[in-house]
Amino acid sequence: MTNDNRLHADPAVEDDGAERPVRLAETAQQHDRARTIFEKSQSGRRAFVAPALDVPAQDGLLPDRFRRTEPARLPAIAEPEIVRHYTRLSKRNFDLDTGFYPLGSCTMKHNPKLHERVAALPGHARLHPLQHPRRAQGALQLMWELQRALAEIAGLPHVSLQPSAGSHGELAGVLLTRAYHLDQGQHRTKVLTPDTAHGTNPATVRMAGYEVVKVGTNDRGGVDVEDLKAKAGEDVACLMLTNPNTLGLFDEAIEEIAAIVHGVGATLYYDGANLNAVMGIARPGDMGFDIVHYNLHKTFTQPHGGGGPGAGPIAVSDRIEPYLPRPQVVRRESGNGAGPSFELDFERPKSIGRLRGFQGNFGVFVRAYAYILSLGADGLREASETAVLNANYLLARLRETAGEHLPVAYDRTCMHEFVLTGGPMKRALGLRTLDLAKRLLDFGYHPPTIYFPLLVDEALLVEPTETETRETLDAFAEAVGAVLAEAAEDPETARSAPYTTPVRRLDEAGAAKRPVIRQAL
Amino acid sequence: MSRYTSATDADRRAMLAAIGADSIEDLFADVPAGVRLDRALDLPPGKPEQEVYAHLRDLAARNTSAEEEISFLGAGMYDHYVPSLVDSIVSRSEFLTPYTPYQPEISQGGLQVMFEYQTAISELTGLPVSNASVYEGPSALAAAGYLAKLQQSGERTRFLVSRGVHPHSRETLETTSAGWGTSIQELPLAAGVTDAAALQEALDEHVAAVFLQYPNFLGAVEDLEALVPLAKAHGALVIVACDPIPLGILRPPGDFGVDVAVGEGQTLGNRLDYGGPSFGFFAAQEAHLRRMPGRIAGETTDVDGRRGFVLTLQTREQHIRREKATHNICTAQALNALAGVIHLSWLGREGLVELGELLLQRTAYARDALTGIDGVQALHDQPVVREFAVSLDADVDRVIEACAADGVNPGHALHRDYPEYGDGLLVALTEQRSMGDIDRLARTLRGALHTVREGARA
Repeated sequence: MTNDNRLHADPAVEDDGAERPVRLAETAQQHDRARTIFEKSQSGRRAFVAPALDVPAQDGLLPDRFRRTEPARLPAIAEPEIVRHYTRLSKRNFDLDTGFYPLGSCTMKHNPKLHERVAALPGHARLHPLQHPRRAQGALQLMWELQRALAEIAGLPHVSLQPSAGSHGELAGVLLTRAYHLDQGQHRTKVLTPDTAHGTNPATVRMAGYEVVKVGTNDRGGVDVEDLKAKAGEDVACLMLTNPNTLGLFDEAIEEIAAIVHGVGATLYYDGANLNAVMGIARPGDMGFDIVHYNLHKTFTQPHGGGGPGAGPIAVSDRIEPYLPRPQVVRRESGNGAGPSFELDFERPKSIGRLRGFQGNFGVFVRAYAYILSLGADGLREASETAVLNANYLLARLRETAGEHLPVAYDRTCMHEFVLTGGPMKRALGLRTLDLAKRLLDFGYHPPTIYFPLLVDEALLVEPTETETRETLDAFAEAVGAVLAEAAEDPETARSAPYTTPVRRLDEAGAAKRPVIRQAL
Repeated sequence: MSRYTSATDADRRAMLAAIGADSIEDLFADVPAGVRLDRALDLPPGKPEQEVYAHLRDLAARNTSAEEEISFLGAGMYDHYVPSLVDSIVSRSEFLTPYTPYQPEISQGGLQVMFEYQTAISELTGLPVSNASVYEGPSALAAAGYLAKLQQSGERTRFLVSRGVHPHSRETLETTSAGWGTSIQELPLAAGVTDAAALQEALDEHVAAVFLQYPNFLGAVEDLEALVPLAKAHGALVIVACDPIPLGILRPPGDFGVDVAVGEGQTLGNRLDYGGPSFGFFAAQEAHLRRMPGRIAGETTDVDGRRGFVLTLQTREQHIRREKATHNICTAQALNALAGVIHLSWLGREGLVELGELLLQRTAYARDALTGIDGVQALHDQPVVREFAVSLDADVDRVIEACAADGVNPGHALHRDYPEYGDGLLVALTEQRSMGDIDRLARTLRGALHTVREGARA
């Protein structure tokens, strides 16, 4: 049997000479132990060949007290081994191009390949951020046109592309609110967030120097309007809201909510994580929101990169515009028939200032702009419609295959995502949502978001996106059903899952208790 | 235009039937009529792929990139060569398209990359702990400010920030800290570096942190050995922004006992991209580990005893701690950090030193060549590694335009951020700028100065 096991192993598995216990049916990837690139280093090996020293050498340019005495212990390794190392590591990742990734709140839709090609054009990729605007007209025009398109999609007239991600956009939004109120001589101290909010919302509120006040959720999954009324006072600066919310439900009372918030002089902030549900259908600006952030790495197809990069532009109403970050990309008419030019406007006296270096994640803007150009008005609406269709269809299919143990948390028509509760599953089958998620890994799926939103017991937040086929949704619903059927016979199988992944369940508690966060050298 | 979706009319009918709805419109019944958009979005119709490509190609052609001129622009981002293996590896869909690794069993590749990246940053900075990346350089400095605010007692509300810190970083700190109840005092430069006497003067028991940059914005290597102990003696945290490439030859900030080292990671394997995406790095003393922002990968084992990696110390983070989080960051720059660790592996232990020595020599040569021109003076005489500042005796904007006409970008004009230096110019080197390029810069600059002076006289 030992030899059989070796036969299953990848013939390229490195022989590091380490003794290993023999395991039956260990997959090739499991057999491939996680040696870091630092452990593969051998003194004297290299990939880089430095350009020759072409200038006359001078001594004493850097006094010894400024000099590093020992080189940084980076790997010494040749190019073929670097490529093999990282290629092998890549195979230990699950990715969107390989399989279904219904991670709720993250909008894991297809990342078009065209976008990588246009972002890599040298005129984009090798453009220095401090190039004079006269010689960066193409980039500034692209940014200006993207601002216009995003403004139209959100229904708010002014856009800053600067924030680097959704949470950065949130921080910008709350700081804009702060600047707006201070400009009116008002010192407000509280920001309201629903108990269903993304964790970034309350974290942002604190970073901006406000106190977090939670607003409850009603039995239809919307904002508890009575609770909101009770908490909305003159000391409240802002309500941060996601609509559709993190339960995947459109808040039907949005007009009343906006009136309450505006009635006390507060701003209404739109967390755009769920914008994929409503493009061309309903606009945050028309709902009464003052400030919106977009997640270009969700709605607008920037590949997520295993944890970034993203971009989190913001759109605002007229009254918030004076405070937008600087610089702003502006279009100036020449007046002499030469056509418009595009510039960076720094002269914004009421601006909150910069939130980061340079002009933002331009490479992400190129991709988002290409996406908007490709889809156009009709295509964006169709994307949202199909996202909502796919979500409702998957919900309907899951009612059939798993409804008894995994009922929907709020029984309404959902938008682009929905929340199931694993409470009945846990009680009837002894299976936690975590176990279900881990068993789905063996079926070749990335599981949905689990244990969020917090107010749903054993929550499972499912977002299929518009780019999945009906067949994929059917197969996923069947797989969930199969896990539940298996658990009815033998819950232990799921409780110990996964089995086929590069590693099996990991000791996360141990990792946090005794943190090892770098390779010992 | 339908794009990237598969649903046919037959699919839609079947799916609506399964849902029990008559039309797609029914699915949006919860959206009140008052907030519905009753028209199409005012955007152009969709375009086929080849037309989108052509449009973006035409826009890109209206930019003058470092491909098309001899550029000495730096000031925070630098035109280093990005080795081809970086492009090849970061474009693999297994790295490009996953989300943050919430399911570690199927994310070992990305998590191990983070662990390796943390190790490399830790080595470069000489500090024991690193996170897995933040957005970019200036916001990394602001994040370090937030760590200082959380760490220090309520009595310590003053930030001292050297004028040698990148202007974008200073402004980002100011913007970000607007609601912290802290104040910012700028420390002046003397002879191109942070004025130690002014630091000493400004320090008291209310200072939370001192912010320095190494080398500073004007290219000068700050004397951390002298500055850091002054701040530490008053109980202030010391936060140093640094450029990773010069750290191949410079003593790492950790050697001087700084609390946090941050910086812009673009020079490690990332393109200029007109300013982003790149990554910010964030390394610190072990005492600050539980107040670090963002993701951290940690080593552990699976149930069968295999080595594996997970996101760890998550009780710092927004998705667990919500309003008690140490920062609000969620999506960071994982793919850019991957490019960074690949580039560092490619440069390798010896290569990073060789690159630093080459830059040191070429920068000295360029400084000599330029200051040898009539009308060009060094702004300071401090040691420099990859960048230096000069002042011109003619309008710097016009000089830059005259050079551009000759296919040379001589550097970054300082007057917006440093009016005190008049017609200042910041000139940066990378290994892509040869001696021949430097000689060409010197000739072009000499000619441009002449042209601009003559123009001013006429």
